[in-house]
Amino acid sequence: MANVLAVTEQRDGVLRKTSHEVVWAARQLADAMGGKVDALVLGAPGVGAAAATLGEVGADRVLVAESAAFGKYAPDGYAATAAAGAKVGGYAAVLVAATATGKDLAPRIAAALDAPLATDITAVGFAGGKLTATRPVYAGRAIQQVAFDAPVAVVSVRPNTFVPGKAGKPGVVEKVQAMEVARVVVREVKAAAQGRLDVAEASVVVSGGRGMKGPEHFALIEGLAKAFGNAAVGASRAVVDAGWRPHAEQVGQTGKTVSPQLYVAVGISGAIQHLAGMKTAKVIVAINKDKDAPIFQVADYGIVGDLFEIVPRLTEEIAKARTG
Amino acid sequence: MKIAVCIKRTPDTETRVRIAADGVSLDETGVKFILNPYDEFAVEEALQRKEKAGSGEVVAIALGPDAAQETIRSALAMGADRGVLLKADKVPADALAVAKALAAELRDGGYDLILFGKMAVDDYNHAAGPMVAQLLGLPCVTAISKLELEGGKGVAEREIEGGVEVVEFALPAVLTAEKGLNTPRYPALKGIMAAKKKPVETRPAALGPARVVVSALALPPERKAGRIVGEGLDAVPELVRLLRTEAKVL
Repeated sequence: MANVLAVTEQRDGVLRKTSHEVVWAARQLADAMGGKVDALVLGAPGVGAAAATLGEVGADRVLVAESAAFGKYAPDGYAATAAAGAKVGGYAAVLVAATATGKDLAPRIAAALDAPLATDITAVGFAGGKLTATRPVYAGRAIQQVAFDAPVAVVSVRPNTFVPGKAGKPGVVEKVQAMEVARVVVREVKAAAQGRLDVAEASVVVSGGRGMKGPEHFALIEGLAKAFGNAAVGASRAVVDAGWRPHAEQVGQTGKTVSPQLYVAVGISGAIQHLAGMKTAKVIVAINKDKDAPIFQVADYGIVGDLFEIVPRLTEEIAKARTG
Repeated sequence: MKIAVCIKRTPDTETRVRIAADGVSLDETGVKFILNPYDEFAVEEALQRKEKAGSGEVVAIALGPDAAQETIRSALAMGADRGVLLKADKVPADALAVAKALAAELRDGGYDLILFGKMAVDDYNHAAGPMVAQLLGLPCVTAISKLELEGGKGVAEREIEGGVEVVEFALPAVLTAEKGLNTPRYPALKGIMAAKKKPVETRPAALGPARVVVSALALPPERKAGRIVGEGLDAVPELVRLLRTEAKVL
């Protein structure tokens, strides 16, 4: 069987952007194999209302597992439900987004299904009767191709890699049984500042480095991020180690690996371990006073100069360009 | 409190990646290997929990080649009591195969807590911890940045996009450590000397067939050489123009 199961993710009943990406990736794979796409939505009663939109990005069927225990992430219940569905659905592949939740969930599903796993993939295909995947390793400093020697495999898909198009077929919504296993319970979710996007999933990231000279100057970075619309604020390791910014914002090998449409590096020299985390951005802009900084070797567009002069002006110009 | 810490020998994060002649693996010539940085947080947490409990044992378990003995010694030098090397010529790319071998070792170990780093800096899988938990039917919280344990129950915090999840569980449990969970200690000279005398058992890893087969490893395509738009304030309007008309990201 050559069908694909896309396991989606919601928060507070709203499907996350990566859910559409993962269904779209599943669609591409299923088309290559001549199969169908089922999207699995797990959530509190009523979550099915959000599910119909998944047809537009390629789901033939939307399977909805509703449970009062599924409002917040329920690792064991989600994994058991996805694995139970996968066992009867005749799938060749189970796709999950490689988000914080997906990185936790995908290995559980793989172990429950006794299926091999590839994480954070940037491409998935079907060649010589086998499922294949491409994934960055060594923090993006090498690209690995893998083939699966099993009837079903689990892959987690790197956010921002698959840009959903329109499949234009309405998906059929069906209810499925929610498996209420719970060895751990998410008691609460403490939200960060409202509306703030994470560096790993934002399409624009503005990062500050040691050149910012102190935590108080990150208001400049936040201002520029705001001018771009909803950009995420990132930071270099030096800045996080110095305690200027939280670890959640760290981009690089011991932080997060990001692939946004636009990455703006401000006062970041470009240490190898930082470059590893952002080199796959589509467009890179660097602002640094040292014209020999390694960041300029990977930046599509660089400005050499004093960031304390340049950033305020850039913020103004970007805001103008976006409203004008 | 009996605690297992599963650790991995990984290339140093500053390693310059070169591809071996086989076309599917890292050329290890001249590569410095270290204890996976995320595993340092796991080892530190284990040591602190044992110290707090006032008694117990911390066992460092690694799956890998003979050279992984050194990695185990690093954990012993930090303060772990003994080590187990599950010997394999190579660590397979199949995370589930690794997890099964670890689970076989851990199953009857009587551990109250099984700790991992949240991921290894070579393969980036984030998988061994939650897979082992699933195989053993244990509670599991991954990528934790805060932990409280009291009377056989625990509360951990993990970062998610735009927030923090507060997760409750009961022991025995599997936890994987995020950077920032604690500050790993540097092994003192005394610890390094003591580590040489601590026992390390070696047995073959119970690895099944690898079902994730690496067919190629390549360097990523180079980005095309960067361009300096200009110097100082005057370059700003030109940058914005290029972002809009050429890069089309505005």
